[in-house]
Parts: sequence; structure tokens; C-alpha cells
Amino acid sequence: MDDLYRENLMDHYQHPRHHGPMAECDAEAEGQNPLCGDQVVVQVKLANGTIEEMRFTGHGCAVSQAATSMLTELVQGLTVDEAAALPSQAILDELAIPLSAMRVKCAVLGLGTLKLALHRAAGTPLPAEWGDTDEMVWS
Amino acid sequence: MTVSPLTPTDLTRIRADFPILARELHGQPLAYLDSASTSQKPQQMLDAMTSFYSTSNANVHRGVYTLGVESTDAFEAARDAVAALLNAPSRREVIFTRNTTEALNLVAKTYGAQNCGPGDVIVLTVLEHHANLVPWQVLAEQTGATLRFLDIDDEGNLQLDALDAIAREANVKLVAVTHQSNTLGVRPPVAELVAWAHAQGAVVVLDAAQTVPNRPVDVQALDVDFLAFSGHKTLGPTGIGALWGRESLLAELQPFLTGGEMIRSVKLERTSWNSLPWKFEAGTPAYAEAVGLHAAIDYLHAVGLEAIDAHEHAITDYALGRLAEVPGLQIVGPLTAAARGGVVSFVLEDVHPHDIAEILDRHAVCVRAGHHCTQPLIERLGLAATVRASFYLTTTETEIDRLVDGLLDVRRVMGV
Repeated sequence: MDDLYRENLMDHYQHPRHHGPMAECDAEAEGQNPLCGDQVVVQVKLANGTIEEMRFTGHGCAVSQAATSMLTELVQGLTVDEAAALPSQAILDELAIPLSAMRVKCAVLGLGTLKLALHRAAGTPLPAEWGDTDEMVWS
Repeated sequence: MTVSPLTPTDLTRIRADFPILARELHGQPLAYLDSASTSQKPQQMLDAMTSFYSTSNANVHRGVYTLGVESTDAFEAARDAVAALLNAPSRREVIFTRNTTEALNLVAKTYGAQNCGPGDVIVLTVLEHHANLVPWQVLAEQTGATLRFLDIDDEGNLQLDALDAIAREANVKLVAVTHQSNTLGVRPPVAELVAWAHAQGAVVVLDAAQTVPNRPVDVQALDVDFLAFSGHKTLGPTGIGALWGRESLLAELQPFLTGGEMIRSVKLERTSWNSLPWKFEAGTPAYAEAVGLHAAIDYLHAVGLEAIDAHEHAITDYALGRLAEVPGLQIVGPLTAAARGGVVSFVLEDVHPHDIAEILDRHAVCVRAGHHCTQPLIERLGLAATVRASFYLTTTETEIDRLVDGLLDVRRVMGV
């Protein structure tokens, strides 16, 4: 039981970091996971091609919201290219809990949304496995 | 007629027939509370399919050799079993499909496409499963027909007050409605809808996926025009379902899919269609699955559909009472068992349903979380998702108790 919803995950879920809207941002996107009803809006402040701050708002399951909160800390100071290339495993490692394939979508919702925001603002490539999609809606 | 629910002895005997119930998850016995998604399978059904494949397998309606005859006989006997289950006037009215979804698509793409046009109206409800919604949306787009939706009250009870206005303004061709909401368990007033629809000259399509498994369903008493259900929710295998339709309607329709089996004679340029029901069964059918469905139907009769209905009613009543003891839990749908079938949706404070289902899984309690293929309904209720527990002939009070204990643990883990 407690191996699933560890203290770290619950801490990020109940006290999300960099949470709440940003007055002015350089990149923004919304992501949805219709299967669960998870939703996040990601906003990014850039400085010289690096992420000065990522903030988010949204609602959904503990995994999606905690993972996005962890992501805000993970990407701070990364270049947009580094963030665009960040593998899903990076966020799964942060969560450090066993997840079924369905819940992996919850876990990487924030990361996908961040990549979409950067793609729109800075032209970074979207993950190849997205195909020709330019929306962040898991199916 | 009042039928006694299943006794504890009955339940023990029935549960022993379902091998999967012997499985443990995370060191605890399985509490399977997701029968509205799919039923578990009795050994008798599994044995029937294994025996068929082991002794009689051959393609149906083709071989003149003994195996082919046996296989065809077994397939057609399954059709008779479905006809009897539904009290269909004729076996020619029973068309095997893959599932409820395919059966509903069949009606939309044959009867709907051949009878609906611009200005016609199709009446649906906000309760519908996507399977009884999307085919009609596509039909409306393709034919120029319009969709109208009957709303619900906050408990999910269908409201019929819009019918008068719809009848005045429009040429109603078809009404498609669920026999029981797969999300809320509510049972719409089908008799009133059928009387209204027929007064408009419209046909009624009934999605009976949630009711054929657990109570007597009689197409003649219901007086509907088409009815669809799935084998896999009815103790049978996946890949087999059925459409029942009035012979007078089916006889007039052009085929759904075309190819082998559904033809009478084929020339290079032109083909004539087979008679009912085979006109609607193109290609090799799921005949072994039909044999499994037949065994499943036999099993349901042996237990008794009235007894299963009474058991579901009793266990739902028990579940509603026990769930009310969980602090912060809110039932979505009718609050009494009288108004619903064995499906209970709920939310627990602001804990996301997927978190609830995941934590319950650690207690080996299997429930569904999400929109249950009814996104418009969940939105109508102002929710993003619910947790759904659904019951069947194997469900025990102990399993309900474990659900409740699991929910108390959800409160602890999630800190609410």
C-alpha cells in the first residue's frame, strides 16, 4: 500500500511546487488525459534559452498532479532543448512508484504538456511517437 | 412474483464454479466488483468451448462432413437459446454480432441509414453509453437527421417532459435508449418511451447490455423494435453478442457487412442476399463463442434470472447502506436500490477516482474508475469521473465489506 503512494508523492500532491498561474509567460500549453479527467496548464518563463521557471495549474489524480509538481523542480535551469529531449523515464524515476501502463499516461501528462508549450514557443521538436499530433490529449 | 434472493449456500456453490475467484492479488482473495464492464466466467462455459474445439470444430454452414454438421447444429442451437432467453417470436430475428456496440452500429448503418433523412429526429438520452451515442451521431451527420436528448434529474432519473415538444416540432424516426445506465444503474421508464415512440411512428432501439445478464428480458413484453446485448457481460466469452430485431423490419433492410455466408447466389456483377438471420452475418461467425454463450445462458437459467435479479437487488441495498457509512462518500445516482440495478457510482471528497481505484486494487478490490464510456453523462453531472462498483450473481456481502474497508484506507492514505 504505502509503496504506492509514498510520502514524497503525497507531499507533492498536497503541497504542489510552483503551482498557480503566472502573470506573464513565454510559453504555455494545456494538456488533458480524458480517460481520467486529468488536466494541467503549464506556463514557462524563459531566459536566454533556459527555463527560468515552470508553473502549473490543473486538477486530477495524485499521480498526474504530483508528477507535474516534481517536473517544475526537475526542469528549472534546463535549456529548452534539454527539456524537449527529457525522457519520460526521468519523471518516472522521480515518482519512484510502480505504475501500470494506464497510470504512466497520468505521470507524463505534465511533461508532454511542457514539451508542447516549448514546441509552440521555441520550435523545439515534439516526441517522435506523437506522430503528427500537435495537441496534448492522451487517448 | 417474489423470488427469494440467493442463499449463502447458493452463493458458495455458484462462486465455486468461477475459477478466477480462487485467485489472490497482493495476498488477498479477489473481490471482483466490475461485472458491469465484463462478467467473470463459470467453468461450465469454459468447458463447453474447450469441448467444442476439442471434438466438433469445423466451419459452419459449409461442410457436408459430420464435423461441419455438428458445428452448424451447435451454432444454430445457440441462436435458439438466445431467442428463448429474449422470448423472441422467431429465431430468424436473432443476429449474432461481436458485441452490443456492433449490434447498435448494425441498426444505425442499416435501418437508420435506410430510413432517416434531413429533418428527421433521433431521440437519445444523456444516460447513453458511447456505444448508443456515437453511431447515432455519425448517422445524423450522414443523413442530415437531428439528435434530441432527454435529460435527467440530479439523481439520474430520466425526464420525459421534453417529449411533447419534440413530438410537436419534429418527425421522430427512432428512439435509442439504455435499459439500465452502466454508470448510475438507473433504469429509464422504457414502457412509457416505447408507447410514446410508437405513437410517433418511430422505432425503439434498446441497449440491454446491462440487463440481459441479470434479469428476465422479454422483447415481446417490452414491445421494443431492436435490442442489443453482449455475451461477455452475460457469463459468455468475448467476441459474441446479439441483435434482436422485429422480422418485419429486418426483412426490409439491405445488409450490413457483405461477403461470404450472407449471400444466396453470387454472380460476378450481382448477388442476392441470404434469408434472415444470415443476411446480417457476413463471413465466418464466432461459432465457438456462440457455443460458449449457449452454455452461459444455460448456466443463467439453472441459477434462475429472477433469483439473480433478487440477489442483485439485495446486495445493492446492502452496498448502499454500507457505503453511506464511509465519511465524505457521495453516491452518484439513485439513493435506493428500488430505483436501480446492481451498479453504484460514487465520489469520495476530492480524491480522484483513479487514486481510489489504485488503492483499492492493493486490497484486491477491483472497481472501475473514470467516465465509464459515458462522458456526456459525467459532464452533465458536473463531475470529471466516478468510482463504480458493480455486482452480479457471485457478489457477497463480504466483498462489499472489503470495499468499504478499502475506502477507509483510501481516506487514510490520501489524508482526507
